[in-house]
Amino acid sequence: MGNNGILNGWKEKVDNIGFVRQVREINKKYATPKVKMTPMVKYALLFLRIYLIVLVLLLGFKFFTIIHGGSIGGSP
Amino acid sequence: MFGKKNGERLSFLANFYYRYRKIIRAIQIYLILAGPGILVMVADNDAGGITTYADTGLKFGYNLIWFLILLGPIAYFVQEMTVRLGAVTKHGHAEAIFSSFGWFWGWFSFLDLSIVNWLTLITEFIGMTTGLAVFGVPPVLTVIVVIVIMAVMILSGRYWTWEKIALIFACINLIYIPLAFVASPNWGVVLRNGIIPNLPGGINGTLFFFIMANIGTTIAPWMIFFQQSSVVDKGMKEKDIPFGKIDTLVGAIFTVLVAVFIIVAIHALLPDVIISNTTNLPDAGSVAQSIIQQHSRLAGTLLAIGLFDAGLLGAICISITSSWAFGEVFGWAHSLNQKVREAPWFYGMYFFALITAGGVVLIPGAPLALITLFVQVIAVTLLPAALVFLILILNNSEIMGRYKNTLLDNIISLGTVGMIIVLSTLYAISTLFPGLFG
Repeated sequence: MGNNGILNGWKEKVDNIGFVRQVREINKKYATPKVKMTPMVKYALLFLRIYLIVLVLLLGFKFFTIIHGGSIGGSP
Repeated sequence: MFGKKNGERLSFLANFYYRYRKIIRAIQIYLILAGPGILVMVADNDAGGITTYADTGLKFGYNLIWFLILLGPIAYFVQEMTVRLGAVTKHGHAEAIFSSFGWFWGWFSFLDLSIVNWLTLITEFIGMTTGLAVFGVPPVLTVIVVIVIMAVMILSGRYWTWEKIALIFACINLIYIPLAFVASPNWGVVLRNGIIPNLPGGINGTLFFFIMANIGTTIAPWMIFFQQSSVVDKGMKEKDIPFGKIDTLVGAIFTVLVAVFIIVAIHALLPDVIISNTTNLPDAGSVAQSIIQQHSRLAGTLLAIGLFDAGLLGAICISITSSWAFGEVFGWAHSLNQKVREAPWFYGMYFFALITAGGVVLIPGAPLALITLFVQVIAVTLLPAALVFLILILNNSEIMGRYKNTLLDNIISLGTVGMIIVLSTLYAISTLFPGLFG
């Protein structure tokens, strides 16, 4: 009960931060996508999610190798 | 009989005059509406782009000119969709993604765009400082001058003024055309080697890297966001779409011309330079320096001026793209037609991005090579998403009405987008792991 009181107090404090409130309002405003979720749209969004996860993993691996003494590689 | 002939002649003259007036009127309207397409396409040849074209010329001579010509229509088909989307929805691309796909994809695109734009802005400052360093201008002075120029442009309080000044810088970007003539290449060889499609040295990792790098410089995520927001801020309507398409087509022709003439000039001036691998490629600033020292002062000077201008034009377009996106998402006033006191956050974001990006270049020992590397990779995380969203929205008849993609539009755009996604992803992987493709 006491813990809940502390958590609620923190939640209230975070909610009162202007930026956080604004982000919540934006999320509420755009909660429902306007585009109808047809199978084509669903597959396209699924493809994007998988694609991004793979790229993020690659980036993470590169960071790991740089930190452990690897070169940053070439760039044009 | 005589009267009838006279009447026919009069009718012919009246018809001719009517058509003449109609054409003049169309040209006048085009000149009023021209801007976003030309700007986005010419700014696409930014500092990073100039270095890529210069290195392509050094490595493969005239042999990849045909490929750059092919990239013109590809850039056109992608950007043309943003004209239609902006004119129909009257929303920028960031807002369009939020409202069409919800907050998750909205925040992803917005944050990714903000990061990649800021990092790209740093690379533009790197290009501008190296361009003016050829003339002995210290980097700190270059950064201050650039910020002042960009402040003067934006504080005019009118989109029209900002756009026209930016178009002047776009015209300076055409400096590479006289540069090619100063280099006096053998035009017969240029046509023979450049126009007929060929793969110099056969399919190998280096050729593949350069092909992907050229695609990466031709289609960038910020371009999609910039042109759509620009069309909205300019107030273009559905009836203006044909003019917007012509504007984009003219811009695509210019961007290809500039790229081709850079390759021609660089190979004509430095035909004996050998690039053995894709690591540690020379930047355009050092290429200009070696041209001045070894060949022609005039040619090297033109290349350096062009490099500075390319960086400036890129910075002008990229910084405003981020400000527009912030305004659209957070609901702030976000038009160049508004004064600073009417849109303080919009202008505040603009100067914040500009000053911090310029400041990073001045930090001694800043990891600029690492930043350049990650610009290419992070851009690739956003590009497929932005392109897929573009096609999905353009196929939604509730949003686009009669301006939605036709079957032919979809065949072209899906083919183009599929190719860009595959090649740009491979480019990102080859940038992260050089030597992977040989």
